Amino acid sequence: MNRYRIRTTTSRALLLVFAFIMSAFFALPLLWLLTAPFSTQANLAVKIPETPSLANFEAVFRNKFAIRALFQNNLILGGGVMVLVASIATLASYGLSRTRVPGRDVLVYILILFSSVVSGTAAMVPLFLLIFNLGLIDTYLGVILVMTGGLLPSGIFIMRDFVDSIPRSYEEAALVAGASSFRMFRDVAFPLVRPGVMVVAIWAFVNAWGAFLIPSVLLRSPEHMPASIAFYSFYTEAGTPNLTLVSAYAFLYTIPVLLLYLIVNWRFGFRFFGGIKS
Amino acid sequence: MERRAIFSAKVGFLFLAPALAFVAVFLLYPFVRVFLLSFTNQTLLGTTAPNPEWVGFDNYRRLFDFDRWMRLGEFGSALKITTQFVIGSALIGQVGLGLLIAWAFYRKKGVLREAVYTLVILAWIIPETVVAFTWVAFLDRDFGTLNALLDAVGLGRPDWLFKHPLESIILFNSWRGAAFSMLLFSSALETIPPSYIETAEVAGANAWQKFRDIFFPLLRGHILTDLILITLWTFNVFTPFLLTGGGPARRTELVSIYTYRTAFHGQHEFGKGGAIAVVMMLINFALALIYLSLIRRRRVHG
Repeated sequence: MNRYRIRTTTSRALLLVFAFIMSAFFALPLLWLLTAPFSTQANLAVKIPETPSLANFEAVFRNKFAIRALFQNNLILGGGVMVLVASIATLASYGLSRTRVPGRDVLVYILILFSSVVSGTAAMVPLFLLIFNLGLIDTYLGVILVMTGGLLPSGIFIMRDFVDSIPRSYEEAALVAGASSFRMFRDVAFPLVRPGVMVVAIWAFVNAWGAFLIPSVLLRSPEHMPASIAFYSFYTEAGTPNLTLVSAYAFLYTIPVLLLYLIVNWRFGFRFFGGIKS
Repeated sequence: MERRAIFSAKVGFLFLAPALAFVAVFLLYPFVRVFLLSFTNQTLLGTTAPNPEWVGFDNYRRLFDFDRWMRLGEFGSALKITTQFVIGSALIGQVGLGLLIAWAFYRKKGVLREAVYTLVILAWIIPETVVAFTWVAFLDRDFGTLNALLDAVGLGRPDWLFKHPLESIILFNSWRGAAFSMLLFSSALETIPPSYIETAEVAGANAWQKFRDIFFPLLRGHILTDLILITLWTFNVFTPFLLTGGGPARRTELVSIYTYRTAFHGQHEFGKGGAIAVVMMLINFALALIYLSLIRRRRVHG
């Protein structure tokens, strides 16, 4: 078995080298976010500050506009999209799972493809006019509705595997005992699919939290802008960014996403459930 | 497995109704509306804002004006740049890298896998404005980490965002989106029965033979699904705008950025923007159909 041992040692060494290269490629572009916020003279270099300081964060917190964008506007947008996507996707995937719908997997697949086609700036042209005609330009509601419409198909796709994986016997028992369909959903089925609802909710929140294109097209007044656009308040009149403040603001803006990732990873493991079928 | 129905069609429809309403208003309606829009001279401001006129194929003629359409900042140029971007960052970058990572850590557990997976996922979930800033820093000619490393091994300090802007956004987008393919393939790999691999190993198959004869045929459906989604998403992605603004000199102006500049800047030409959107959606549909027919062919022969 000598040949076998040589082969495993070589493959282990290869894996180590591969893991090192991949870690470097994915970590190096992010290092700046860990050093610059704590340096009072940050430039674009990654350099551990000799005397780490929180002065940048103090300066960021004095920018009322940017702070309101982050702690108010972003929470409204993220929260609104999260509630709508999670609730509607849960209802829809549950309905799809528990009703006899012919060709249901194909339908969901087509829906995903269709939503991937009608997306991005191409979709923003007619969507802008729609929101304009509804009188919802420069409102959070307009942004929340458009983002929800874009995320729903994928949300249903993610939920579907959760809903399909829970056994039906409890639900059947509840119906036999005389519960109405909606009572049964609320009291029996919903508690069972709750982990899935949480994952979809967090996924929707993170998407809305980072969004740039949709709010920048649909919102007008500066006081409504979310954090992704409020970065421009750290630019000088000449249009160059104040890097120390930008990095500190970027750091604050990223923390909630990191926390949510850790929660999901710890509670459920961050992975795709069931595998995506073709 | 036969699924038993718990609800009647009527109750099932009530559960589906909110989702159907959203799909109708925010996906189907815009899709139809954009076709009509593309035949008018609608703008945001000025006289054509309240009363757009029907202009027939004028917008399309302006897009396909072959005397100038390959110039930087024109439609043909944007299509060419987008094609290079999709091939480089979607097909090779994201799908290739995702498959490679998932395969390398197949049936492996431990710190190494956790570390790599976490880093790849972080690149995917951190807000796009933030990663745009960190990449501007990473690629900076004088201070950037990338050039610090290249300089240390004697490769000089190229000015990435000015001299090689397209390569820069391709590298950036591969980095940004590899996580989706990696996660999809790693959950797909788990569905392969371990006995297949063990049998192949006993028979002395090497890594490439295992990939070619076991993984590839069994995962073909997953690979094609991943290819469709990643291709469409990359075709429509707007994030590179935050890195380069489409420049320098429109050399990274993807079709998504060209649409944005046409419809939401300057003259706000919605009619022309609509025509671009129609062409983009038709290309996307054609790509989706090609991939779908490849999947079906497998079913027929498989």
